[in-house]
Amino acid sequence: MSLGLFIFFLMVVVTVVAAVAVVTSQNLVNAAMWLMVALFGAAIAFVLLQATYIAVIQVLVYIGAIAVLIVYTIMLTRNPDEKYGPGVNKQWPIAAALSLVLFLGLAYFYYTLPQTDVLAPALSGDLNAISQLGALLVSPNAYVLPFELASILLLAALIGSIVVAWRK
Amino acid sequence: MIPLSWYLIFAAALFSIGLYGVLARKNIIAILMSIELMLTAININFIAFWRYSLPGQMAGQVFAVIVFAVSASEVAVGLALVISLFRRVKLIAADEINLLKW
Repeated sequence: MSLGLFIFFLMVVVTVVAAVAVVTSQNLVNAAMWLMVALFGAAIAFVLLQATYIAVIQVLVYIGAIAVLIVYTIMLTRNPDEKYGPGVNKQWPIAAALSLVLFLGLAYFYYTLPQTDVLAPALSGDLNAISQLGALLVSPNAYVLPFELASILLLAALIGSIVVAWRK
Repeated sequence: MIPLSWYLIFAAALFSIGLYGVLARKNIIAILMSIELMLTAININFIAFWRYSLPGQMAGQVFAVIVFAVSASEVAVGLALVISLFRRVKLIAADEINLLKW
């Protein structure tokens, strides 16, 4: 077994276990810590797929910003007399069955489809992915419109979250 | 070497776990965390398809960057709503907030 295969299986096991812990932990702080582990596992998946820039952004944005923001919100909204009751609602068996059916269906689909049974093509040596990505994001012939829309969305979210969370 | 389907099955597992969390959890912050898991699974799909089909074109990575921006906006507004809700009604269980339900 090669090293890449070993790292892949280790990453899959750690990430799936952490994701299950996120949705089953009664204590929300524990769930947020498991979320960081799961997101870090996804960053390792991006490294294995040779998308290094996306892996760095995953660690910076998801673990550095979003997970910390979630932990802060958990601390801010903690009710002192709150007891950790059952964290799930009445429909949880239906939800579990639906998720299991979705996963089994997708897995069977991917496993039998001949188009997905391919290996990765070799990356050409002169491919400079990061500079190409940066050029495409601001090029008028490529993706400048989605890029600008994303920045407008971020600005709207920034203003909107300040307005919504403002203490009246 | 790892075939494409293994990455897709891994992403499907993450997505299904996140879907269970969204449908079954009571706490709104737990639901937001499950949505983050689902968006991460989508990003893994984008990057896997980029790597296995057209690694010379960066469309998959561009989409992944846009998904990052959208998920950051979503979680910022969602958590601001949670804080505002907690200030008003002192609870953040999704099934007990039924003021607009009829």
